[in-house]
Amino acid sequence: MFFTIAVIVLVFLIIFQIAKASEYVSVIRGEEKSRKEQNKVNGFLMIAFLIAGLIGVYYCNEALYPKTLLAHESASVQGEKVDSMLWLTIIITGVVFFITQILLFWFSFRYQESDKRKAYYFPHNNKLELIWTVVPAIALTALIIFGLKNWFAFTGPAPKDAMQIEVTGKQFGWIFRYPGYDQTFGKKYYKLIDDANNNPVGQDWNDNKNFDDVISNATMYCVVNKPVNLRIFSRDVIHDVGLSAFRLKQDAVPGTPTSLWFTPKFTTQEMREKMGNPDYDYEISCDQMCGNGHYSMKGIIKVVTQEEFDIWMAQQKPNYYAAFPDKDPANKTAAPAADTTKTKM
Amino acid sequence: MSNEAASMHPDASVEIPVEVHHHEENGHHHHHETFITKYVFSQDHKMISKQFLITGMIWAVIGGFMSVLFRLQLGFPDQSFDFLGDLMGKWWFENGHLTPEAYYALVTTHGTVLIFFVLTAGLSGTFANFLVPLQVGARDMASPFLNMLSYWFFFLASVIMFSSIFVSTGPFSGGWTAYPPLSALHDASPGSQHGMDLWLIAMAVFVVSSLLGGLNYIVTILNMRTKGMSMTRLPLTIWGLFFTAILGVLSFPVLLSGFILLIFDRNFGTSFYLSDIFISSTNTALSNEGGNAILFQHLFWFLGHPEVYIIALPAMGIVSEIVSTNSRKPIFGYTAMVGSFFTIASLSFLVWAHHMFVTGMNPFLGSIFVLLTLLIAVPSAIKVFNWLTTLWRGSIRFTPAMLFAIGFVSMFISGGLTGIWVGNSALDIHLHDTYFVIAHFHLVMGVASMFGMFAGIYHWFPKMYGRYLNNTLGYIHFWITLIAAYLIFWPMHYEGLAGMPRRYYDYSTWISFNQFNDLNRMISIVAIISFTVQLLFLFNFFYSIFKGRKVTNPNPWQSNTLEWTTPIKPGHGNWPGEIPEVYRWPYDYGKDGREFIPQNVPVGSDESSH
Repeated sequence: MFFTIAVIVLVFLIIFQIAKASEYVSVIRGEEKSRKEQNKVNGFLMIAFLIAGLIGVYYCNEALYPKTLLAHESASVQGEKVDSMLWLTIIITGVVFFITQILLFWFSFRYQESDKRKAYYFPHNNKLELIWTVVPAIALTALIIFGLKNWFAFTGPAPKDAMQIEVTGKQFGWIFRYPGYDQTFGKKYYKLIDDANNNPVGQDWNDNKNFDDVISNATMYCVVNKPVNLRIFSRDVIHDVGLSAFRLKQDAVPGTPTSLWFTPKFTTQEMREKMGNPDYDYEISCDQMCGNGHYSMKGIIKVVTQEEFDIWMAQQKPNYYAAFPDKDPANKTAAPAADTTKTKM
Repeated sequence: MSNEAASMHPDASVEIPVEVHHHEENGHHHHHETFITKYVFSQDHKMISKQFLITGMIWAVIGGFMSVLFRLQLGFPDQSFDFLGDLMGKWWFENGHLTPEAYYALVTTHGTVLIFFVLTAGLSGTFANFLVPLQVGARDMASPFLNMLSYWFFFLASVIMFSSIFVSTGPFSGGWTAYPPLSALHDASPGSQHGMDLWLIAMAVFVVSSLLGGLNYIVTILNMRTKGMSMTRLPLTIWGLFFTAILGVLSFPVLLSGFILLIFDRNFGTSFYLSDIFISSTNTALSNEGGNAILFQHLFWFLGHPEVYIIALPAMGIVSEIVSTNSRKPIFGYTAMVGSFFTIASLSFLVWAHHMFVTGMNPFLGSIFVLLTLLIAVPSAIKVFNWLTTLWRGSIRFTPAMLFAIGFVSMFISGGLTGIWVGNSALDIHLHDTYFVIAHFHLVMGVASMFGMFAGIYHWFPKMYGRYLNNTLGYIHFWITLIAAYLIFWPMHYEGLAGMPRRYYDYSTWISFNQFNDLNRMISIVAIISFTVQLLFLFNFFYSIFKGRKVTNPNPWQSNTLEWTTPIKPGHGNWPGEIPEVYRWPYDYGKDGREFIPQNVPVGSDESSH
């Protein structure tokens, strides 16, 4: 540690001595002359930086592109629209980026002070200014139109046949609720939340629609090619359901329910094959700062076929039995492996 | 330091006898100046500007060092830093690893102080104070006393914010945006306890400082211009600072109101932002019902977005001035530059909810904000093209200030273009709160404005202290910082395109985001190098105040603006004689074959009009 500091201090001292010496030299040799020399060096560095920068942009893209989601097809139908928007935006802004950056550094290099040339007095030109007001305006109009078209496409109401799942964020995890056989969520009230008695979302047990609602912690199951509508709640602070593989996200706000729907295109199994990673899973990341455990607030989405989903659902017990074990027929009859299809009240 | 009257420096090459005061205001304070009134409770705008600058620099070092600490965690999650544990104690480093509490406290404080204390107070406070009276031709601000108070409120805010770092439960750690309920609930996070109270008080005091300063700048620019200095003859620096001050005066009070409601929710049992909350750690359901957490975000971003322009506009003004001076050419399209300032400033009030596309707001409302947000790209594009055209066929002198000004334009392009991505809600729904956003705003607002600030410091240092900064150190500072800034923030776009969320302490358990270990390490190393180079600049700055090469030419950059018509070390009152009269705009460079024509030179009969 002390060694590092010593090295840094030493480097500082050397740089400083050089800098100081060059200042003295410039005073002795005449400011005008040394200024011109410094000008040449910096003018050269401008063009060098431009070339190195363009190479760097290329190299960076080669190295990092495969690690981004752009290299992989969107896992949701809606995400395809995000991807196509991304490409359109990349092309338009990319063209502007290269033109302006090249001009900036090229002009800096090309028009550095020289004895042969004088600066050209050019205070304004209405035609030029009109061009670069109108052209960006047209390009932006195109981006706005495409953007809003897509925006309304996936913020519109969810299809009627969409699977309904309730997502509740809490510090620091996710709770999922399924409506059960009646396809209706029972009432809930935050003051009824009672973790000790297995009521994590505050289900109101006076509402019999709650009796078949299924609760799943940390993992959400949904069916491939079937729209899913997430009703999003939070128990405490603001969280965010981040679905990067599906290209979507939506905040979870206490007291203000939100929603988000999408259609998964690939099962988890298919994704594992596509990604070449047998451990791959769709992850829900919390994308809104929610406290010290923010980084660990992970949820898993298992996208499965309808048959697999039905099997999984059949294995789930309504949360009512977790809250009231004595009401569970499985406990009363001490039957072997409860046949959960019969547990409906 | 530097504020002595020119007569106290026999070596200064100014012939004007300073003791002869033609003007009653000039030298008003010279006769009974003590150390306290001159350096501490000074009412001289030039001294206040230096106070803002140096306080801002101290905060920049603190904020920058914080980023080094949390970059160590991001780049080297498995390595233990025992010496930092010994240095900083157990709350920060446990077994040589940064704790999550400390990590979040650091990112929060880094954001808060860099945005408000460095790039708002440090940038506007320094250059509005320094340049407004000097460039419009005034003896001082409209109210030197309020101006002094403005600094001391900032100082007080600084002290309170700094003290929050030492609270036993830690400083506030909920992100610089301080969204409730996290920021409102003591039990939601240790940082939301007394650290948050101090954070809120510091920010409230800061708003007072900002308002006092802003009102002063506006009044001075409108009322105290010298004879002949019509609004259309103002340098673009002043236009930038003028719109900045208006933005601040109109938007900071909204932030303050948001903070006051938050203070009530935190301490007095109100429910402005709170509803339906169950706290797991204490196993209690709160009684608050009916509040709306999103309301705070509206109030916050109503300042928060103009704030981006409060940071950017002064830099744009400074850069316009420096690019024109050092290209030896008039700024291209002065009217369009002022017009785009006006457009940007107006639109900046109408785009705030683009930070909130994923809060569940009405999609139709979101679409309006998409439209208005992307519109801002038009005046921004005009500015970039005008800077480029100013360089075109110029006769460019690469002073360190000019290099940073060119660097600003490069950063502004790179960061500005990605604004078109995230401003479009259909893309924001994917990129929101990922590293893409980090890359975007660090380039366009953080690094770019920092470059604007450096450009301003290098350019006006001779006027501030009567000495030059060392050029060679300036060049080293620029090139390493430019390269480092791109190496740090360019690859972050790719992390964002992988969906990697911001504000994560550790990515190792995530299948989706753990592919960037090497990259994160590289970024951290470059960040450390970049931080060290800033120390080199600091050294250059403080060394040159006392030992730098002396300025002998009152107009070292051959510039047209009025500040260079003052003595090398102007006293309080700025001009020893009459305030010069202005006859022309400030950009007559290379006109009629003349190198430059300062604003106070009368228009000759044979001169062409522009």
